[in-house]
Amino acid sequence: MEPLFPTATGAGPLVEARQLVKRFGTFTAVDGIDVEVAAGESFGFLGPNGAGKSSTMRMIGAVSPPTSGTLRVLGKDPVVEGPAVRAQLGVVPQENALDEQLTVSENLAIYGRYFDLPRSVIGERIDGLLDFVQLAERRDSKVDPLSGGMKRRLVIARALINEPTMVLLDEPTTGLDPQARHALWDRLYRLKQRGVTLILTTHYMDEAEQLCDRLVVMDRGRIVAEGAPRDLIATHTAKEVVELRFPHDAQEVAAAKLDGVGEHLEVLPDRLLISADDADAAIREVHAREVEPSTVLIRRSTLEDVFLRLTGRTLVD
Amino acid sequence: MATPIAVRVLEGHVRAYRHTWRGTTVSSVATPLMFLAAMGLGLGTLVDQGAGADRTLGLPYLVWLAPGLLTVSAMQGGAGDGAFPVMAGMRWIRTYHAAIATPVRPTDLLLGNLVWAAIRLTVIGAVFVVIAVLFDAMALGRGLVALGPATLTGIGTTAVVSAFMASRRSDLALSGLFRFVVVPLFLFSGAFFPLSELPAVVEPIARLNPVWHGVELTRAVALDLPPTLPWSVHLAVLVVVLVGGIVWGHVSFGRALRS
Repeated sequence: MEPLFPTATGAGPLVEARQLVKRFGTFTAVDGIDVEVAAGESFGFLGPNGAGKSSTMRMIGAVSPPTSGTLRVLGKDPVVEGPAVRAQLGVVPQENALDEQLTVSENLAIYGRYFDLPRSVIGERIDGLLDFVQLAERRDSKVDPLSGGMKRRLVIARALINEPTMVLLDEPTTGLDPQARHALWDRLYRLKQRGVTLILTTHYMDEAEQLCDRLVVMDRGRIVAEGAPRDLIATHTAKEVVELRFPHDAQEVAAAKLDGVGEHLEVLPDRLLISADDADAAIREVHAREVEPSTVLIRRSTLEDVFLRLTGRTLVD
Repeated sequence: MATPIAVRVLEGHVRAYRHTWRGTTVSSVATPLMFLAAMGLGLGTLVDQGAGADRTLGLPYLVWLAPGLLTVSAMQGGAGDGAFPVMAGMRWIRTYHAAIATPVRPTDLLLGNLVWAAIRLTVIGAVFVVIAVLFDAMALGRGLVALGPATLTGIGTTAVVSAFMASRRSDLALSGLFRFVVVPLFLFSGAFFPLSELPAVVEPIARLNPVWHGVELTRAVALDLPPTLPWSVHLAVLVVVLVGGIVWGHVSFGRALRS
């Protein structure tokens, strides 16, 4: 496959943050985080809404100055050299911010001019990018009637118009249906294969597992864990999870009886989760304690379980 | 050589205008036609037959009114160009937020919008002048020169309104702005009647209206008459409003987009 565009390789991390803090008045959105992202890496910030992911992304994107700490992006200070940093970034913001009265290609053309690209270059890139995001036939359609997934893919094309060294994606698939999410993941996966450095935020653990080589779990402005998805799961939870559901009112009694079964017992409003390296053994123990759940499900541990274990809360409320 | 960023922002406005020019062209022709017909011909007939005849510098009301109407139209258009694109960019479709992820800075967005407003107001004003010439209310040459102070009044308004809208957290301010600021400035600008017709206590207050200074200057140029105050005073007020609006906008755009 022909590379979409040449990507930067070289020494030094593309993002280097030390004790990074962002405050809005008395509210601390980001509370002293350390992050390093290497060239070619696919890096994620995983956490619930309000964890400080977007504030961190805005600082890395050189649109929001840090309150304190040090931050280097592409080897530069984003506060002092903002335009130079942004010239090499591609940004997919949480909200599409497309001009819906304009056509697909006009949206890309206007954005390309913001980077001072010559019109002839923009024209060539638009063709390539629309092929890449599978919108070539919609080149001259207005944006308004496009589906949510198509608009999101157009925003990805927009973020690539300047052939960025690094692409920042803030909640890339939130609000999309499963089919559109998979189509988008496929495009991002191809970018990753071509060596483009990706930084994304998400509150979906499956998205983080699919796309990220490495991630940090954020909660209330702090990093609570860091590593590759598989390693995080191995470190913080057992291999499997047994989900038990009970008839109304029976859960509380059952939870009291199940103390000590498996590695860890988590009580959620609608179910009990037992993490265990041997799920079958855990289920035998449940029955031995004369607990009769209405349904039993065994599944692999996920990042959701890691988050739950670390914070006591679920990712998506 | 690199194109200045604000110029690249302006290019975006021009490109977007390809989709909207029909509607704005119709309204920019229809509005002066209606105003000149209703106020100039309709109301003007009454004024010219009554006691007003010698209070409008001895000129037919239509001729006296036309330069003022040119100015207040520019002010109203300028307010719209300051309010709606800024609200759309900041809040409704958030295109400003996408733009500042590029080398574009908040002030480039302000200046690009301002230059675009200046171009639009000049074109719409020129249409007005041509229509006024057809009504026999203006001479073409002087009318086109008078576009200068009228457009300056308009973009001063654009600058101040842009700065104000960027400083608001919601769009509730929009209706208040038009009802309680733009409409009084429009009515008490000296475009429709000389401010000297107001009660003696009110007149000095009305003279604080910057739009009055624009009307005085435009009328003086269009009709080849001396303005009420020295030229330099009227011009200084308009320049201060424009520069003040840009400085305020620089701050409020930065705060709104770079928090």
